[in-house]
Amino acid sequence: MPDSFHLDAVPIRLERCGKTFAGGARALEPLDLTIRGGETIVFLGPSGCGKTTTLRIIAGLENPDPGGRVLFGEEDVTALPIERRNVGMVFQSYALFPNMTVAENVAYGLKVRKIARADRARRVEEMLDLMHLGEFAGRRIDQLSGGQRQRVALARALVVRPRVLLLDEPLTALDAKLRDSLRLEIDRLLRGLGITAVYVTHDQGEAMALGDRIVVMAKGRVAQVGTPREIYYQPADGFVADFIGTMNRLGGMSRGGTLSIGAATLPWTGPDGAVELLVRPEDLALAGEADGHLAGTVAAAVFLGDRTRLVVEPADGPALTVDAAGRSELGRGDRVWLRVDPARLLAVP
Amino acid sequence: MQSLSNRRGWGFWLQLGFTLLVCALLTVPMVMSMLAGLTANYFVGLKSGLTLRWVEEVWRVYSGTILLSLRIAFACLACTLALGVPAAYALARRPGRIARLVEELLMMPVAIPGLATALALIVTYGGVGDLRSSWLFILIGHVLFTLPFMVRAVLAVMGSIDLTTLEEGAASLGAGFLRRFFTVVLPNCRSGILAGSLMVLTLSVGEFNLTWLLHTPLTKTLPVGLADSYASLRIEIGSAYTLVFFLMIVPSLILMQALAKRGRPSV
Ligand SMILES: Nc1ncnc2c1ncn2[C@@H]1O[C@H](COP(=O)(O)OP(=O)(O)O)[C@@H](O)[C@H]1O
Ligand SMILES: [Mg+2]
Repeated sequence: MPDSFHLDAVPIRLERCGKTFAGGARALEPLDLTIRGGETIVFLGPSGCGKTTTLRIIAGLENPDPGGRVLFGEEDVTALPIERRNVGMVFQSYALFPNMTVAENVAYGLKVRKIARADRARRVEEMLDLMHLGEFAGRRIDQLSGGQRQRVALARALVVRPRVLLLDEPLTALDAKLRDSLRLEIDRLLRGLGITAVYVTHDQGEAMALGDRIVVMAKGRVAQVGTPREIYYQPADGFVADFIGTMNRLGGMSRGGTLSIGAATLPWTGPDGAVELLVRPEDLALAGEADGHLAGTVAAAVFLGDRTRLVVEPADGPALTVDAAGRSELGRGDRVWLRVDPARLLAVP
Repeated sequence: MQSLSNRRGWGFWLQLGFTLLVCALLTVPMVMSMLAGLTANYFVGLKSGLTLRWVEEVWRVYSGTILLSLRIAFACLACTLALGVPAAYALARRPGRIARLVEELLMMPVAIPGLATALALIVTYGGVGDLRSSWLFILIGHVLFTLPFMVRAVLAVMGSIDLTTLEEGAASLGAGFLRRFFTVVLPNCRSGILAGSLMVLTLSVGEFNLTWLLHTPLTKTLPVGLADSYASLRIEIGSAYTLVFFLMIVPSLILMQALAKRGRPSV
C-alpha cells in the first residue's frame, strides 16, 4: 500500500454518552469508552442493543444526552455536526448517490473539500485501483453488484483521508460468500491504513476476525470490553458467554475444595454451594468409561468436515455440545463418556 | 385445453372491441372538432375544402389569450417549483402525524370546486390594490390549484428513495445543507420534479373553473377565450381554437406519458 494512504491514528473518547430518544426511550445508558488511535474496535450485540446509536453519536448524526462528550484526540467535537468532523462513514445500505457514476461518487468528498481537478482525478484513480474498481469508474451505481457497491462506499469514505472510519453493518446486506471475501479485504485495508476504525455488527464471526477489541453490548449498556480472546475465554457474564460462540452449561456442587459434577469429583477452589459452570465444546473431550466424568447419549451428530459436532444428553441437566474428530463414527443413540478439564471450567455469576 | 384457449379468445376479442369503442367515444368528437376548425364551411362539410383561414382568424383575435395562458403557465411552474419542492422535502424528512395532516390540507384546493376557491380569493384579496385586474390574480389561483400536484409528484419520488441515508452519506463527506440539497436531493428527485412540472403546465393551461371567475376582459386565458368563442362566434372559429389548444397541450401530455413509462430511476 502506498505511503500516501497511511492515515493519522486519532484516538476517540466517549464520556458519559447516553441517548434518550424523543418519547423517552433510553437507547443507550451513559457510556465511557476510550478507543486507541489506529485501533479497530467492534461493537457487537443483538439487534436493538444500541450499537448504531453509539456509532451515530461518534459520527455526529445524533447528539448524546446532555453531559455526554465526544473527543477526537484532544478536540471536543460534541457540538460539531457530522460534516465538520471529518469522519468516513460506510452504511449497511451503501448510501451511494444514484445520480453519479462510481468515479463521481468517490470524487464527491474531494470536490466538497475544493481539491483541484488534477489532484482530485489522481486521488480518485489511486483509490479505485486500491479497491480493484478501476474498470468500473464510469459505471452507474445500479450497474454494480452488492459487493462492488460496498467497495465503492469504502473508497468514497477513505479517499478524503478521514480522521476515523465508521462502519455500520457493512456486510450484512451481502450473501455469505461475498461477506467472507469483503471481510478479508476490509481487514487488510484497516491494518494497512492504520486508521482508527469503529465497526458495528451483530455477527460474532465478523467481530472476532476484525476487532482488535470488541465491545459487547446488551440492552443499551456495555456487557464487556476486551480482545476477542478475552471475550471468548473469559466472558464477563452469561450473556456474553452465550452470545459469543457455543457455550455449554453444567450444574455442579462445590464443597471443601472439590467440585462434583454428575458422578465425578474434581479439585476446585471456590465458595461452597451450587455453581453453574460454563465450558466450550472444544474443552470437553470424549473419553472411555474408566476415565470419563459424565455419561450421556448422542442425540445428534453433525459432520462438519474437519470435525463432527455432537449433541450429548447427560443423565440429568441440559444437552452438551462436544466436538469429535471429523472421522468419528459416532451417531445418534451411541453411549459416550465426557472428560472435563477443571482448569477450563468457568464459574460465571 | 382447447376450450380454455377458446374462452380466452372470446374474452380477448370482447375486451379489444370494448377498448376500441371507448377510444372511439373519446377521440371521434375531438377529431371531428379539429376537422371542423380546418373546413372552409362546416355546414357544407369537408367537400367545401380544407383551410387555415380559421386558425389565422383565431390567432388574430385571440393571440393575447394564448400568450397570457403561456405566461401564466410558466410563472405558475416557477412558483410551484419554488414552493412545492421545498415543501415536499420538508414533508418527506419529517415523518409524523403533523406532516401527514399538512399533506392532506395541501390536497384541499383539489377537493374544493374551483369556483368556490375563486370566490374565496375574490372575497379575501379582491380589494388589494390593483390585484383584481392583474394577471397575477389568476396566477395566484393557478398556484393554489396546481401546488398539491407538484408536492405529490415530488413526494412520491422522495418516498421511494432513502433520502435520509443519502443525505447522511453526503454529510459524512463534508457537504453542508445547501450542497446536499442541490447535488444529492434535487438530482435524485428529478423524475418527480419533471412529472410534477408537466402536470402543472398542463393543468394551468387548461384551467377553466377558477379562471373564469378570476378573469377580467383584459386578463383572459385561452380556455376562457374558448368559452367566449363557442358562445358567440362561428363554430369553425371555436373549433380552430380548440385545435390550437390541443397543439399546445398534447406535446406535454405525450412527454408525461413517456416519463411515466420510463419509470423511476433505479436506486
Ligand atoms: N430515531 C429513533 N427514535 C426512537 N428510537 C430509536 C431511534 N433510533 C433507534 N431507536 C431505538 O433505540 C434502540 C437502539 O437502536 P440501535 O442503536 O439502532 O440498535 P442496533 O444498531 O444495536 O440494532 C432500539 O430500541 C431502537 O428502537
Ligand atoms: Mg443497527
